[in-house]
Amino acid sequence: MDINTLRGIATIFVMLAFIGICWWTFSPRRKQQFNEAANLPFADEQAADVKKTPAEDSSLHSADKK
Amino acid sequence: MSNGLAIEPPAYNYKIVRQFTIMTVVWGIVGMGVGVLLAAQLMWPELNDFFQPYSHFGRLRPLHTNAVIFAFGGCALFATSFYVVQRTCQAVLWGGFLIPFIFWGWQAVIVAAAITLPMGLTSAKEYAELEWPIDIVITLVWVAYALVFFGTVMKRKTPHIYVANWFFGAFIITVAILHIVNSMAVPVSTMKSYSAYSGAMDAMIQWWYGHNAVGFYLTAGFLGMMYYFVPKQAGRPVYSYQLSIVHFWALIAIYIWAGPHHLHYSALPDWAQSLGMVMSLILLAPSWGGMINGIMTLSGAWDKLRTDPTLRFLVVSLSFYGMSTFEGPMMSIKTVNALSHDTDWTIGHVHSGALGWVAMISIGAVYHLVPVLYNRVQMWSVRLIYTHFWLATIGTVLYIASLWVNGLLQGLMWRAFNSDGTLTYSFVESVEASYPGYFVRFIGGAFFLIGMCLMAYNVYRTVAEKEPQNDSSESADSVAAPQTA
Repeated sequence: MDINTLRGIATIFVMLAFIGICWWTFSPRRKQQFNEAANLPFADEQAADVKKTPAEDSSLHSADKK
Repeated sequence: MSNGLAIEPPAYNYKIVRQFTIMTVVWGIVGMGVGVLLAAQLMWPELNDFFQPYSHFGRLRPLHTNAVIFAFGGCALFATSFYVVQRTCQAVLWGGFLIPFIFWGWQAVIVAAAITLPMGLTSAKEYAELEWPIDIVITLVWVAYALVFFGTVMKRKTPHIYVANWFFGAFIITVAILHIVNSMAVPVSTMKSYSAYSGAMDAMIQWWYGHNAVGFYLTAGFLGMMYYFVPKQAGRPVYSYQLSIVHFWALIAIYIWAGPHHLHYSALPDWAQSLGMVMSLILLAPSWGGMINGIMTLSGAWDKLRTDPTLRFLVVSLSFYGMSTFEGPMMSIKTVNALSHDTDWTIGHVHSGALGWVAMISIGAVYHLVPVLYNRVQMWSVRLIYTHFWLATIGTVLYIASLWVNGLLQGLMWRAFNSDGTLTYSFVESVEASYPGYFVRFIGGAFFLIGMCLMAYNVYRTVAEKEPQNDSSESADSVAAPQTA
Protein backbone atom coordinates (compact mmCIF):
# COMPACT_ATOMS: atom_id res chain seq x y z
CA MET A 1 0.00 0.00 0.00
CA ASP A 2 1.20 3.48 -0.88
CA ILE A 3 2.11 5.62 2.14
CA ASN A 4 -0.18 8.35 0.80
CA THR A 5 -3.20 6.03 0.94
CA LEU A 6 -2.39 5.47 4.59
CA ARG A 7 -2.14 9.21 5.16
CA GLY A 8 -5.50 9.74 3.44
CA ILE A 9 -7.13 7.06 5.59
CA ALA A 10 -5.64 8.62 8.73
CA THR A 11 -7.06 12.04 7.79
CA ILE A 12 -10.51 10.58 7.17
CA PHE A 13 -10.30 8.66 10.44
CA VAL A 14 -9.50 11.82 12.39
CA MET A 15 -12.33 13.67 10.62
CA LEU A 16 -14.78 10.89 11.49
CA ALA A 17 -13.59 10.89 15.08
CA PHE A 18 -14.20 14.64 15.28
CA ILE A 19 -17.67 14.35 13.76
CA GLY A 20 -18.41 11.46 16.10
CA ILE A 21 -17.40 13.43 19.17
CA CYS A 22 -19.52 16.40 18.05
CA TRP A 23 -22.51 14.15 17.37
CA TRP A 24 -22.14 12.41 20.74
CA THR A 25 -21.71 15.70 22.58
CA PHE A 26 -24.48 17.72 20.97
CA SER A 27 -27.08 14.94 20.91
CA PRO A 28 -30.23 16.28 22.63
CA ARG A 29 -30.49 13.11 24.71
CA ARG A 30 -27.41 14.07 26.69
CA LYS A 31 -28.34 17.73 27.22
CA GLN A 32 -29.78 17.11 30.67
CA GLN A 33 -26.77 15.22 32.01
CA PHE A 34 -24.38 17.87 30.70
CA ASN A 35 -26.45 20.54 32.42
CA GLU A 36 -26.02 18.64 35.65
CA ALA A 37 -22.30 18.31 35.07
CA ALA A 38 -21.99 22.02 34.27
CA ASN A 39 -23.45 22.83 37.68
CA LEU A 40 -21.01 20.66 39.61
CA PRO A 41 -18.91 23.64 40.78
CA PHE A 42 -21.99 24.88 42.64
CA ALA A 43 -23.34 21.53 43.83
CA ASP A 44 -21.53 21.30 47.16
CA GLU A 45 -22.18 24.88 48.23
CA GLN A 46 -25.92 24.42 47.72
CA ALA A 47 -25.92 21.54 50.11
CA ALA A 48 -24.22 23.80 52.63
CA ASP A 49 -26.69 26.65 52.07
CA VAL A 50 -29.73 24.44 52.52
CA LYS A 51 -28.49 23.07 55.81
CA LYS A 52 -27.33 26.50 57.01
CA THR A 53 -24.26 24.83 58.38
CA PRO A 54 -21.12 26.94 58.39
CA ALA A 55 -19.04 24.78 56.14
CA GLU A 56 -15.40 25.60 55.72
CA ASP A 57 -16.26 27.34 52.48
CA SER A 58 -19.29 29.45 53.39
CA SER A 59 -17.68 32.61 52.01
CA LEU A 60 -17.75 31.52 48.41
CA HIS A 61 -19.92 34.29 47.16
CA SER A 62 -17.91 36.96 48.90
CA ALA A 63 -17.30 38.63 45.58
CA ASP A 64 -21.01 38.81 44.89
CA LYS A 65 -22.00 40.26 48.24
CA LYS A 66 -20.79 43.72 47.38
CA MET B 1 -30.57 23.36 40.49
CA SER B 2 -30.93 20.29 42.64
CA ASN B 3 -29.38 17.18 41.27
CA GLY B 4 -29.50 15.23 44.49
CA LEU B 5 -25.77 15.11 45.00
CA ALA B 6 -24.12 15.73 48.33
CA ILE B 7 -26.30 15.84 51.38
CA GLU B 8 -23.50 16.98 53.59
CA PRO B 9 -20.33 18.55 52.21
CA PRO B 10 -17.33 16.54 53.40
CA ALA B 11 -14.52 18.27 55.27
CA TYR B 12 -12.10 18.76 52.43
CA ASN B 13 -8.34 18.58 52.79
CA TYR B 14 -7.46 22.27 52.54
CA LYS B 15 -4.05 22.01 54.21
CA ILE B 16 -2.24 20.97 51.03
CA VAL B 17 -4.15 23.60 49.06
CA ARG B 18 -3.10 26.31 51.56
CA GLN B 19 0.53 25.22 51.43
CA PHE B 20 0.70 25.29 47.64
CA THR B 21 -1.28 28.55 47.41
CA ILE B 22 1.16 30.38 49.70
CA MET B 23 4.15 28.94 47.85
CA THR B 24 2.62 30.07 44.55
CA VAL B 25 2.94 33.65 45.78
CA VAL B 26 6.43 33.14 47.20
CA TRP B 27 7.90 31.43 44.12
CA GLY B 28 6.09 33.87 41.86
CA ILE B 29 8.03 36.73 43.42
CA VAL B 30 11.33 34.82 43.33
CA GLY B 31 10.93 33.71 39.70
CA MET B 32 9.73 37.07 38.42
CA GLY B 33 12.38 38.85 40.50
CA VAL B 34 15.07 36.86 38.69
CA GLY B 35 13.29 37.72 35.43
CA VAL B 36 13.46 41.44 36.16
CA LEU B 37 17.15 41.06 37.04
CA LEU B 38 17.76 39.36 33.67
CA ALA B 39 15.90 42.14 31.86
CA ALA B 40 18.11 44.65 33.69
CA GLN B 41 21.23 42.68 32.70
CA LEU B 42 20.34 43.04 29.03
CA MET B 43 19.98 46.78 29.55
CA TRP B 44 23.02 47.20 31.85
CA PRO B 45 25.45 44.32 31.14
CA GLU B 46 27.62 45.26 34.17
CA LEU B 47 24.93 43.63 36.31
CA ASN B 48 26.24 40.26 35.12
CA ASP B 49 29.32 40.80 37.24
CA PHE B 50 28.06 41.21 40.78
CA PHE B 51 28.70 37.57 41.73
CA GLN B 52 30.40 35.84 38.86
CA PRO B 53 30.08 33.16 37.60
CA TYR B 54 26.79 32.48 39.41
CA SER B 55 25.17 35.78 38.48
CA HIS B 56 25.83 35.39 34.77
CA PHE B 57 22.82 35.73 32.43
CA GLY B 58 23.44 32.28 30.98
CA ARG B 59 23.16 30.65 34.40
CA LEU B 60 20.29 32.73 35.75
CA ARG B 61 18.12 32.43 32.66
CA PRO B 62 17.24 28.73 33.18
CA LEU B 63 16.72 29.55 36.86
CA HIS B 64 14.12 32.15 35.83
CA THR B 65 12.27 29.84 33.43
CA ASN B 66 12.29 26.91 35.85
CA ALA B 67 11.17 29.09 38.77
CA VAL B 68 8.24 30.70 36.99
CA ILE B 69 7.08 27.56 35.14
CA PHE B 70 7.67 24.79 37.64
CA ALA B 71 7.77 26.63 40.97
CA PHE B 72 5.19 29.40 40.49
CA GLY B 73 3.04 27.69 37.83
CA GLY B 74 3.53 24.25 39.37
CA CYS B 75 2.44 25.31 42.86
CA ALA B 76 -0.58 27.09 41.35
CA LEU B 77 -1.52 23.92 39.45
CA PHE B 78 -1.07 21.67 42.49
CA ALA B 79 -3.14 24.01 44.68
CA THR B 80 -5.99 24.48 42.24
CA SER B 81 -6.14 20.88 41.00
CA PHE B 82 -6.30 19.53 44.57
CA TYR B 83 -8.97 22.10 45.42
CA VAL B 84 -11.06 21.59 42.28
CA VAL B 85 -10.91 17.80 42.27
CA GLN B 86 -12.15 17.67 45.87
CA ARG B 87 -14.92 20.20 45.42
CA THR B 88 -16.28 18.90 42.12
CA CYS B 89 -15.99 15.23 43.11
CA GLN B 90 -17.26 15.97 46.63
CA ALA B 91 -14.60 13.69 48.00
CA VAL B 92 -11.69 14.19 50.36
CA LEU B 93 -8.26 13.88 48.82
CA TRP B 94 -7.12 10.26 48.60
CA GLY B 95 -3.53 9.28 49.27
CA GLY B 96 -2.49 9.59 52.94
CA PHE B 97 1.27 10.12 53.23
CA LEU B 98 1.57 10.74 49.50
CA ILE B 99 -0.04 14.16 49.93
CA PRO B 100 2.64 15.76 52.14
CA PHE B 101 5.26 13.90 50.05
CA ILE B 102 4.06 15.78 46.97
CA PHE B 103 4.38 19.15 48.70
CA TRP B 104 7.78 18.61 50.29
CA GLY B 105 9.12 16.66 47.31
CA TRP B 106 8.21 19.46 44.94
CA GLN B 107 9.73 22.12 47.19
CA ALA B 108 12.91 20.02 47.38
CA VAL B 109 13.04 19.89 43.56
CA ILE B 110 12.67 23.67 43.39
CA VAL B 111 15.43 24.26 45.93
CA ALA B 112 17.68 21.77 44.11
CA ALA B 113 17.05 23.67 40.87
CA ALA B 114 17.86 26.98 42.54
CA ILE B 115 21.20 25.56 43.70
CA THR B 116 22.32 23.52 40.68
CA LEU B 117 21.38 25.89 37.84
CA PRO B 118 23.49 28.87 39.02
CA MET B 119 26.32 26.36 39.57
CA GLY B 120 26.12 25.62 35.86
CA LEU B 121 24.91 22.04 36.28
CA THR B 122 22.53 21.59 33.37
CA SER B 123 21.56 19.02 30.77
CA ALA B 124 21.16 21.97 28.36
CA LYS B 125 17.68 20.97 27.23
CA GLU B 126 15.45 24.01 27.35
CA TYR B 127 12.82 23.83 30.15
CA ALA B 128 14.29 20.43 31.06
CA GLU B 129 17.70 21.64 32.28
CA LEU B 130 17.73 19.78 35.58
CA GLU B 131 20.22 16.95 35.85
CA TRP B 132 19.28 13.30 36.17
CA PRO B 133 19.07 12.85 39.98
CA ILE B 134 16.59 15.74 40.17
CA ASP B 135 14.69 14.31 37.18
CA ILE B 136 14.20 11.09 39.13
CA VAL B 137 12.79 12.97 42.14
CA ILE B 138 10.43 14.85 39.80
CA THR B 139 9.22 11.52 38.39
CA LEU B 140 8.51 10.15 41.89
CA VAL B 141 6.61 13.28 42.92
CA TRP B 142 4.68 13.27 39.67
CA VAL B 143 3.64 9.61 40.02
CA ALA B 144 2.45 10.40 43.56
CA TYR B 145 0.53 13.38 42.14
CA ALA B 146 -1.18 11.18 39.53
CA LEU B 147 -2.08 8.59 42.19
CA VAL B 148 -3.58 11.21 44.52
CA PHE B 149 -5.47 13.01 41.76
CA PHE B 150 -6.93 9.96 40.07
CA GLY B 151 -7.47 8.23 43.42
CA THR B 152 -9.67 11.16 44.40
CA VAL B 153 -11.52 11.07 41.07
CA MET B 154 -12.16 7.34 41.62
CA LYS B 155 -13.83 7.89 44.99
CA ARG B 156 -16.03 10.75 43.76
CA LYS B 157 -19.64 10.97 44.97
CA THR B 158 -20.83 12.76 41.85
CA PRO B 159 -21.98 10.90 38.72
CA HIS B 160 -19.94 13.10 36.35
CA ILE B 161 -16.27 13.97 36.20
CA TYR B 162 -16.34 17.75 35.81
CA VAL B 163 -14.55 19.07 32.71
CA ALA B 164 -11.88 20.87 34.77
CA ASN B 165 -10.76 17.47 36.07
CA TRP B 166 -10.46 16.15 32.51
CA PHE B 167 -8.06 18.96 31.70
CA PHE B 168 -6.08 18.45 34.92
CA GLY B 169 -5.99 14.70 34.23
CA ALA B 170 -4.70 15.16 30.66
CA PHE B 171 -2.09 17.57 31.98
CA ILE B 172 -0.85 15.11 34.62
CA ILE B 173 -0.65 12.09 32.30
CA THR B 174 0.94 13.90 29.37
CA VAL B 175 3.52 15.75 31.46
CA ALA B 176 4.54 12.39 32.97
CA ILE B 177 5.11 10.94 29.48
CA LEU B 178 6.91 14.05 28.21
CA HIS B 179 9.20 14.25 31.22
CA ILE B 180 10.17 10.59 31.18
CA VAL B 181 10.80 10.40 27.43
CA ASN B 182 12.70 13.67 27.10
CA SER B 183 14.80 13.16 30.23
CA MET B 184 16.13 9.75 29.11
CA ALA B 185 19.87 10.13 29.55
CA VAL B 186 23.07 8.25 30.21
CA PRO B 187 24.62 9.42 33.49
CA VAL B 188 28.40 9.73 33.51
CA SER B 189 28.71 11.18 37.03
CA THR B 190 26.50 12.37 39.88
CA MET B 191 25.63 15.61 38.15
CA LYS B 192 26.41 15.00 34.49
CA SER B 193 24.52 13.04 31.87
CA TYR B 194 24.15 12.87 28.11
CA SER B 195 20.87 12.64 26.23
CA ALA B 196 19.88 9.15 25.10
CA TYR B 197 19.07 10.58 21.64
CA SER B 198 21.27 12.25 19.09
CA GLY B 199 21.16 14.76 16.27
CA ALA B 200 17.90 15.87 14.67
CA MET B 201 16.02 13.19 16.63
CA ASP B 202 17.23 14.68 19.90
CA ALA B 203 16.12 18.11 18.72
CA MET B 204 12.70 16.80 17.71
CA ILE B 205 12.16 14.99 21.01
CA GLN B 206 13.29 18.10 22.88
CA TRP B 207 10.71 20.29 21.08
CA TRP B 208 8.02 17.65 21.20
CA TYR B 209 8.61 17.98 24.94
CA GLY B 210 9.09 21.74 24.84
CA HIS B 211 5.96 22.59 22.94
CA ASN B 212 3.81 20.18 24.90
CA ALA B 213 5.14 21.64 28.11
CA VAL B 214 3.39 24.72 26.72
CA GLY B 215 0.41 22.73 25.48
CA PHE B 216 -0.29 20.53 28.45
CA TYR B 217 1.47 22.14 31.38
CA LEU B 218 0.84 25.81 30.61
CA THR B 219 -2.39 25.36 28.66
CA ALA B 220 -4.39 22.24 29.60
CA GLY B 221 -3.57 22.57 33.31
CA PHE B 222 -4.51 26.23 33.41
CA LEU B 223 -7.63 25.57 31.32
CA GLY B 224 -8.67 23.22 34.11
CA MET B 225 -8.25 26.18 36.44
CA MET B 226 -10.27 28.35 34.04
CA TYR B 227 -13.18 25.89 33.81
CA TYR B 228 -13.63 25.96 37.56
CA PHE B 229 -12.73 29.47 38.70
CA VAL B 230 -14.36 31.51 35.92
CA PRO B 231 -17.82 29.94 36.40
CA LYS B 232 -17.40 29.99 40.17
CA GLN B 233 -16.34 33.62 40.37
CA ALA B 234 -19.01 34.68 37.85
CA GLY B 235 -21.64 32.71 39.77
CA ARG B 236 -22.97 30.94 36.68
CA PRO B 237 -22.17 27.65 34.93
CA VAL B 238 -19.86 27.54 31.94
CA TYR B 239 -21.33 28.94 28.70
CA SER B 240 -21.52 25.58 26.92
CA TYR B 241 -20.57 22.31 28.56
CA GLN B 242 -20.82 20.56 25.19
CA LEU B 243 -18.33 22.98 23.69
CA SER B 244 -15.99 22.23 26.59
CA ILE B 245 -16.01 18.53 25.70
CA VAL B 246 -15.26 19.18 22.02
CA HIS B 247 -12.65 21.71 23.17
CA PHE B 248 -10.96 19.09 25.34
CA TRP B 249 -10.66 16.34 22.72
CA ALA B 250 -9.70 18.70 19.89
CA LEU B 251 -7.07 20.46 21.98
CA ILE B 252 -5.32 17.37 23.28
CA ALA B 253 -5.48 15.61 19.90
CA ILE B 254 -3.84 18.49 18.02
CA TYR B 255 -1.39 20.07 20.47
CA ILE B 256 0.84 17.00 20.55
CA TRP B 257 1.79 17.51 16.84
CA ALA B 258 2.84 21.17 16.96
CA GLY B 259 6.41 20.78 18.27
CA PRO B 260 8.30 20.84 14.92
CA HIS B 261 7.47 24.54 14.41
CA HIS B 262 10.37 25.23 16.81
CA LEU B 263 12.73 23.68 14.26
CA HIS B 264 11.84 25.48 11.02
CA TYR B 265 14.67 25.60 8.48
CA SER B 266 16.75 23.22 10.60
CA ALA B 267 18.11 19.71 9.92
CA LEU B 268 14.64 18.33 10.70
CA PRO B 269 13.05 16.78 7.57
CA ASP B 270 11.02 19.34 5.66
CA TRP B 271 7.78 17.32 5.80
CA ALA B 272 7.98 17.26 9.60
CA GLN B 273 8.39 21.05 9.67
CA SER B 274 5.35 21.47 7.42
CA LEU B 275 3.34 19.05 9.54
CA GLY B 276 4.18 21.06 12.66
CA MET B 277 3.17 24.26 10.91
CA VAL B 278 -0.20 22.92 9.68
CA MET B 279 -1.06 21.40 13.05
CA SER B 280 -0.16 24.69 14.75
CA LEU B 281 -2.54 26.54 12.43
CA ILE B 282 -5.38 24.08 13.10
CA LEU B 283 -4.73 24.58 16.81
CA LEU B 284 -6.23 28.05 16.55
CA ALA B 285 -9.72 26.52 16.40
CA PRO B 286 -9.79 24.61 19.70
CA SER B 287 -7.82 27.35 21.45
CA TRP B 288 -10.34 29.99 20.51
CA GLY B 289 -13.23 27.63 21.20
CA GLY B 290 -12.03 27.38 24.78
CA MET B 291 -11.39 31.10 25.08
CA ILE B 292 -14.88 31.94 23.76
CA ASN B 293 -16.41 29.39 26.09
CA GLY B 294 -14.70 31.02 29.08
CA ILE B 295 -15.47 34.61 28.14
CA MET B 296 -19.09 33.91 27.15
CA THR B 297 -19.65 32.41 30.60
CA LEU B 298 -20.00 36.04 31.64
CA SER B 299 -22.78 36.78 29.16
CA GLY B 300 -25.57 38.38 31.14
CA ALA B 301 -23.19 39.09 34.02
CA TRP B 302 -20.76 41.52 32.42
CA ASP B 303 -21.57 44.11 35.10
CA LYS B 304 -19.68 41.96 37.61
CA LEU B 305 -16.47 43.07 35.94
CA ARG B 306 -17.07 46.56 37.32
CA THR B 307 -17.04 45.47 40.93
CA ASP B 308 -14.97 42.30 41.01
CA PRO B 309 -11.24 42.68 40.32
CA THR B 310 -10.70 38.92 40.76
CA LEU B 311 -13.06 38.26 37.88
CA ARG B 312 -11.20 40.89 35.86
CA PHE B 313 -7.96 38.94 36.30
CA LEU B 314 -9.68 35.78 35.09
CA VAL B 315 -11.33 37.38 32.07
CA VAL B 316 -8.32 39.45 31.00
CA SER B 317 -6.22 36.29 31.25
CA LEU B 318 -8.57 34.73 28.69
CA SER B 319 -8.14 37.75 26.41
CA PHE B 320 -4.38 37.36 26.53
CA TYR B 321 -4.82 33.62 25.94
CA GLY B 322 -6.81 34.41 22.80
CA MET B 323 -4.18 36.87 21.67
CA SER B 324 -1.21 34.59 22.16
CA THR B 325 -2.97 31.56 20.65
CA PHE B 326 -3.59 33.69 17.56
CA GLU B 327 -0.03 34.97 17.48
CA GLY B 328 1.46 31.48 17.95
CA PRO B 329 -0.08 29.88 14.84
CA MET B 330 0.89 32.95 12.80
CA MET B 331 4.50 32.67 13.98
CA SER B 332 4.54 28.97 13.14
CA ILE B 333 4.01 29.79 9.44
CA LYS B 334 7.42 29.16 7.88
CA THR B 335 7.69 32.50 6.09
CA VAL B 336 6.70 34.45 9.21
CA ASN B 337 9.06 32.31 11.25
CA ALA B 338 11.88 33.22 8.87
CA LEU B 339 11.48 36.76 10.19
CA SER B 340 10.63 36.06 13.82
CA HIS B 341 12.98 33.17 14.63
CA ASP B 342 15.67 33.95 17.25
CA THR B 343 14.39 37.50 17.68
CA ASP B 344 12.80 39.11 20.75
CA TRP B 345 9.40 38.59 19.13
CA THR B 346 9.52 34.97 20.34
CA ILE B 347 10.24 36.08 23.90
CA GLY B 348 7.42 38.62 23.68
CA HIS B 349 5.04 35.90 22.46
CA VAL B 350 6.03 33.59 25.30
CA HIS B 351 5.42 36.32 27.86
CA SER B 352 2.09 37.26 26.35
CA GLY B 353 1.12 33.71 27.28
CA ALA B 354 3.15 33.47 30.48
CA LEU B 355 2.30 36.83 32.06
CA GLY B 356 -1.03 37.50 30.38
CA TRP B 357 -2.55 34.04 30.53
CA VAL B 358 -0.74 31.75 32.99
CA ALA B 359 0.19 34.29 35.65
CA MET B 360 -3.05 36.29 35.48
CA ILE B 361 -5.34 33.27 35.74
CA SER B 362 -3.22 31.95 38.63
CA ILE B 363 -3.42 35.33 40.36
CA GLY B 364 -7.20 35.35 39.90
CA ALA B 365 -7.38 31.83 41.33
CA VAL B 366 -5.24 32.83 44.33
CA TYR B 367 -7.47 35.84 45.06
CA HIS B 368 -10.47 33.51 44.87
CA LEU B 369 -8.86 30.80 47.01
CA VAL B 370 -7.23 32.69 49.88
CA PRO B 371 -10.47 34.00 51.47
CA VAL B 372 -12.07 30.56 51.10
CA LEU B 373 -9.11 28.65 52.50
CA TYR B 374 -8.66 30.94 55.50
CA ASN B 375 -12.39 31.42 56.11
CA ARG B 376 -12.50 35.14 55.41
CA VAL B 377 -15.26 37.13 53.73
CA GLN B 378 -12.89 38.59 51.18
CA MET B 379 -9.29 39.67 50.70
CA TRP B 380 -7.93 42.18 53.22
CA SER B 381 -7.95 44.91 50.63
CA VAL B 382 -10.00 44.81 47.44
CA ARG B 383 -8.50 48.13 46.40
CA LEU B 384 -5.03 46.54 46.34
CA ILE B 385 -6.39 43.87 43.98
CA TYR B 386 -7.47 46.67 41.61
CA THR B 387 -4.01 48.20 41.84
CA HIS B 388 -2.45 44.80 41.20
CA PHE B 389 -4.75 44.28 38.22
CA TRP B 390 -3.66 47.50 36.53
CA LEU B 391 0.02 46.95 37.31
CA ALA B 392 -0.16 43.45 35.84
CA THR B 393 -2.10 44.49 32.74
CA ILE B 394 0.01 47.55 31.94
CA GLY B 395 3.20 45.62 32.73
CA THR B 396 2.25 42.83 30.34
CA VAL B 397 1.28 45.23 27.55
CA LEU B 398 4.55 47.19 27.92
CA TYR B 399 6.50 43.95 27.90
CA ILE B 400 4.97 42.41 24.79
CA ALA B 401 4.68 45.63 22.79
CA SER B 402 8.34 46.52 23.31
CA LEU B 403 9.44 43.05 22.25
CA TRP B 404 7.24 43.15 19.15
CA VAL B 405 9.08 46.28 18.13
CA ASN B 406 12.45 44.75 19.01
CA GLY B 407 11.65 41.48 17.25
CA LEU B 408 10.59 43.07 13.97
CA LEU B 409 13.54 45.45 14.14
CA GLN B 410 16.05 42.63 14.70
CA GLY B 411 14.47 40.37 12.09
CA LEU B 412 14.47 43.11 9.44
CA MET B 413 18.03 44.25 10.25
CA TRP B 414 19.42 40.71 10.10
CA ARG B 415 17.91 40.03 6.67
CA ALA B 416 18.81 43.38 5.09
CA PHE B 417 21.30 43.06 2.23
CA ASN B 418 23.25 45.62 0.23
CA SER B 419 23.09 45.51 -3.57
CA ASP B 420 26.45 43.71 -3.67
CA GLY B 421 25.12 40.92 -1.43
CA THR B 422 26.84 41.90 1.81
CA LEU B 423 24.92 42.35 5.06
CA THR B 424 23.70 45.91 5.69
CA TYR B 425 24.05 45.69 9.47
CA SER B 426 26.45 43.94 11.78
CA PHE B 427 24.89 41.90 14.60
CA VAL B 428 26.00 44.36 17.25
CA GLU B 429 24.19 47.17 15.45
CA SER B 430 20.94 45.26 15.95
CA VAL B 431 21.81 44.84 19.65
CA GLU B 432 22.41 48.56 19.97
CA ALA B 433 19.09 49.32 18.27
CA SER B 434 17.33 47.03 20.79
CA TYR B 435 18.22 49.06 23.88
CA PRO B 436 15.04 51.22 24.01
CA GLY B 437 12.96 48.04 23.80
CA TYR B 438 15.03 46.38 26.51
CA PHE B 439 14.39 49.34 28.79
CA VAL B 440 10.61 49.31 28.24
CA ARG B 441 10.59 45.55 28.78
CA PHE B 442 12.46 46.03 32.09
CA ILE B 443 9.83 48.60 33.17
CA GLY B 444 6.98 46.29 32.18
CA GLY B 445 8.49 43.36 34.06
CA ALA B 446 9.08 45.56 37.11
CA PHE B 447 5.41 46.64 37.05
CA PHE B 448 4.38 43.01 37.05
CA LEU B 449 6.75 42.19 39.92
CA ILE B 450 5.50 45.12 42.02
CA GLY B 451 1.97 43.83 41.52
CA MET B 452 3.06 40.40 42.82
CA CYS B 453 4.56 42.04 45.91
CA LEU B 454 1.24 43.82 46.55
CA MET B 455 -0.48 40.46 46.29
CA ALA B 456 1.95 38.94 48.81
CA TYR B 457 1.21 41.77 51.27
CA ASN B 458 -2.53 41.45 50.70
CA VAL B 459 -2.40 37.68 51.20
CA TYR B 460 -0.32 38.12 54.35
CA ARG B 461 -2.80 40.61 55.85
CA THR B 462 -5.75 38.41 54.90
CA VAL B 463 -4.21 35.35 56.51
CA ALA B 464 -2.97 37.22 59.59
CA GLU B 465 -6.30 39.01 60.16
CA LYS B 466 -7.16 38.57 63.83
CA GLU B 467 -10.93 38.54 63.63
CA PRO B 468 -12.26 35.41 61.95
CA GLN B 469 -15.22 35.76 59.67
CA ASN B 470 -18.78 35.19 60.82
CA ASP B 471 -21.83 35.10 58.67
CA SER B 472 -23.40 38.48 59.48
CA SER B 473 -23.07 41.19 56.88
CA GLU B 474 -21.93 43.71 59.53
CA SER B 475 -18.68 41.87 59.96
CA ALA B 476 -18.29 41.81 56.21
CA ASP B 477 -18.53 45.60 56.24
CA SER B 478 -16.10 45.97 59.10
CA VAL B 479 -13.59 43.76 57.34
CA ALA B 480 -14.13 45.76 54.20
CA ALA B 481 -13.82 49.09 56.02
CA PRO B 482 -10.02 49.52 56.00
CA GLN B 483 -9.84 49.66 52.24
CA THR B 484 -12.17 52.62 52.00
CA ALA B 485 -10.15 54.51 54.56
